Amino acid sequence: MGEAGTVKKFLFVNRKAPYGSVYALEGLEVVLISAAFDQDVSLAFLDDGVYQLAKGQNTKAIETKNFSPTYRALEGYDIEKLYVERESLEARGLAEEDLLVDVKVLDAAQMAAMMDEMDVMISF
Amino acid sequence: MVNEGPYQRQSSDSAYLFCKAALEAGHEIERVFFYHDGVNNATKLTEPPQDDRNVVARWAKLAQDHGVDLVVCVAAALRRGIVDQNLAQGFRISGLGQLVESAIQSDRMVVFGD
Repeated sequence: MGEAGTVKKFLFVNRKAPYGSVYALEGLEVVLISAAFDQDVSLAFLDDGVYQLAKGQNTKAIETKNFSPTYRALEGYDIEKLYVERESLEARGLAEEDLLVDVKVLDAAQMAAMMDEMDVMISF
Repeated sequence: MVNEGPYQRQSSDSAYLFCKAALEAGHEIERVFFYHDGVNNATKLTEPPQDDRNVVARWAKLAQDHGVDLVVCVAAALRRGIVDQNLAQGFRISGLGQLVESAIQSDRMVVFGD
C-alpha cells in the first residue's frame, strides 16, 4: 500500500464536537484506515474537538451511536500520539483527567510548532 | 479532498476553481476525493436551474478533460444514498485508502470544506 518506504507525518485535526455533525465520527474512520498504511500518525484536538475525548459520554437521548470507546482502541492501531490544546480545554472547563485516553496537552504555540513539522494535515 | 455537497456551501465551487487554476498553471492533479457530504457532488440526479452552474457536470468534465480521478468514499456514499445506480459519469466509488494513498504520493493535499 502506498509507495514502498514512504512514511509521512500525518496530523488529523479534530475541531468539532463529537455529536451535532458527522465530522468527528467520519474523521475517526479516516484515522483508522491510515493505520493500515504504516504512516507516522498524530491526532490533535482543539476547539470543541476536545469534547470528543470527554469521559462519560452518553448518547442515548439523541439516539446516536456513542463512538467514544473507539478512541481507546487507537493504541491497538499503534496510534498513540494524541495532542490536546490547553486553551481549548480550559475554555470549556475541562482538565486532562476528564479525558478518556492518555494525551499530551500542548499550548497553542506548541501546537502550532508541532503542526509546522507535519507533512499532511487533514482537519475535521 | 471535498467535504461539502454542492450548492449549500461554496466549498465544492472553491475546490473546482482551485483545481482548474492549478491545472492551468501546469500542476498535476491526480485525484479529487469526496468525503462527508461531499459525496453528494457525485449524484447524476441533480438538476440545477438552467441559469445556474451544474456542479456535478463540471466535475465530470474536469475528469474527462484532464484525467483527474474523481473518487467517492464508499462508506460515506452508502450512508447518503449514493450508489452505482445514481453515480454521475466520471466518478468512481472506492475506499478511504485512496485518500490516504493520495496524501502519501502527492506533494500537496488540499482540504475544502469544514
